[in-house]
Amino acid sequence: MLAVVLVLGIGFGARFLAPGEVWSGLVDSGSPYYRIVHEMRLPRTLLGLLVGLALGLAGAIMQALTRNPLADPGLLGINAGASAAVATAAAFLGIATFSGYVWFALIGAAIVTALVYAVGGGRAATPARLALAGAALNATLYSYVSAVLLAHTESVEAMRFWTVGSLASADFPTIHRVLPFILAGLLLALATARPLNALALGDDAARALGARPGVIRVLVIVAVTLLCGAATAACGPIIFVGLLIPHLVRPFTGPDLRWMLPYTAVLSPVLLVGADVLGRVLGSPGELQVGVVTAVLGGPLFLYLVRVVK
Amino acid sequence: MATVRPRAVLVGAVALAGMAVLAVLTLGTGDFPIAPGDVVRTLAGQGTAAHAFIINELRLPRVVTAVLVGMALAASGATFQSLTRNPLGSPDVLGIVNGASTAGLAVVVLGGTSAQLSLAAVAGGVAAALLIQLVGGRRGLHGYRFILVGVGMAAILNGISGWLLTKGVQMENARAMLWLTGSFDGRGWEEALPLLGVLVVAVPFLALACGPGLRMLEMGDDIAAGLGVPVRRVRTGALLAAALVVACAAAAAGPVNFVALIAPNIARRLTRAPGPNLLPSMAVGALLTVGADWLAMHSGYPLPVGVVTGALGGAYLVWLLVSQRKAGRI
Repeated sequence: MLAVVLVLGIGFGARFLAPGEVWSGLVDSGSPYYRIVHEMRLPRTLLGLLVGLALGLAGAIMQALTRNPLADPGLLGINAGASAAVATAAAFLGIATFSGYVWFALIGAAIVTALVYAVGGGRAATPARLALAGAALNATLYSYVSAVLLAHTESVEAMRFWTVGSLASADFPTIHRVLPFILAGLLLALATARPLNALALGDDAARALGARPGVIRVLVIVAVTLLCGAATAACGPIIFVGLLIPHLVRPFTGPDLRWMLPYTAVLSPVLLVGADVLGRVLGSPGELQVGVVTAVLGGPLFLYLVRVVK
Repeated sequence: MATVRPRAVLVGAVALAGMAVLAVLTLGTGDFPIAPGDVVRTLAGQGTAAHAFIINELRLPRVVTAVLVGMALAASGATFQSLTRNPLGSPDVLGIVNGASTAGLAVVVLGGTSAQLSLAAVAGGVAAALLIQLVGGRRGLHGYRFILVGVGMAAILNGISGWLLTKGVQMENARAMLWLTGSFDGRGWEEALPLLGVLVVAVPFLALACGPGLRMLEMGDDIAAGLGVPVRRVRTGALLAAALVVACAAAAAGPVNFVALIAPNIARRLTRAPGPNLLPSMAVGALLTVGADWLAMHSGYPLPVGVVTGALGGAYLVWLLVSQRKAGRI
């Protein structure tokens, strides 16, 4: 499925390429499609792959850590935290490149992750508390972002696409910058799978199984920060990917994170790149930003979960 | 109102007095500063011609709009918080304001007139309220299910707003951003008078027709039904009226964030009365919007008022969540 979506991701655009043409564009430097594929479609699709993977994994381990089916980096305000930090950097410090953004995004994501966890009640967090704490932070941070953007109109033009969540500005340097952070987050997330399984039984049981709950919480928060911060710095805040995929995967894999995380890592990019393709098809000749597509697709699922989950 | 509580009257009076002081200060603020004494004299009809022009023609419409918007937001917030039996259940958290702002934004992006914008905002707000009621209100409007449905709806609408923002051409974009934040800049009688009309009809309806029923409903649907309250009718009537009021406020000034959330909370804390606390909340709401507007004017560069209320309200919301948790209520 991932392969199919990746080929589609490269193929769709102002000029549709058939799968065979995609292949020739990829490997044959003499092909007429080589430049389209390598300079425009490929970076976009690869970035979609990385960002989808990051958001899906972050959602999955957050849901496991908080034992909360409604956890999502967008809904809990973590992506908004990264946005606010990036907006600050762009407006006040005049930073306009991705390599400058990424550290601010990481710091913003880290602060909000800690804050939402603390406000939402830490270990005693319930789904409702966390979601409301996230809503509160989201509202505050977005009004801050719009204040900054209003005061610095020249940055509005550049930022208005970014604040929706879009893959349109993808290029290879961005991918190179984002790759180490997402890889580190990926490894960390996979490493926490076993202890998180133990933690699902409760702190005491986890300790009896040899896990250290405090250390695991810190590791998971670091992993979430790395994944969300890097993803947001690269293409803006994207909501609901982290919510959707773990719920789609869980019925097939069961609650064991050692199975769930790899499947999430494969399926989340399918969703994100798929949403990007859908956005380009629906919005043609222009495009619908991927963040818009995921919000409109993921929102109804959230509403369904709210109705079903106690 | 069956009984008049002295404490509620006192709170309302103090808030209105504070609002009057701030309004006089705001009227004196601008490119041409006017001393507070002169402002009062001009309002009483005894000022110089220049002062009368500046205050009555230029600055008064804005302040009156601010007062009315604050009252409308607070009235709607008080009703919603009573309906949801939850201090967090305000129309901005529930996504009703987002419905109004998204619909308004669509008109801004399409280049419509301000009359079309107002109509769209009102329709959007009421439609969002109906939709949330439809999806989340099957088992009553209280409980976290209803609020979470609102949060989800707000997230979807935000996504759509973001998309609309990228659609606009650059000229309209600044207008669109300003609309999304909420501002009293350039608001005049043509915004204030329709809002006044809606308030004159809706507030007595909420206070007299729904107020007693809402106070009973806070004890639980079954008890209220046992006491002879037509639960369904009161609930639907109050929901629609409150949604209409908040949508009209948004149509007048854009979505001024969080006033609907904070004002009733403050009023309830001060009056310590059950029920929606409609009139004291409205006084506090007007105090908040006029005060926030005054703060925005004195912030160094021209901030829209929605930014001030957003920042203050967000902080208050976080504090509310923490204190609610400590009290074991959520």
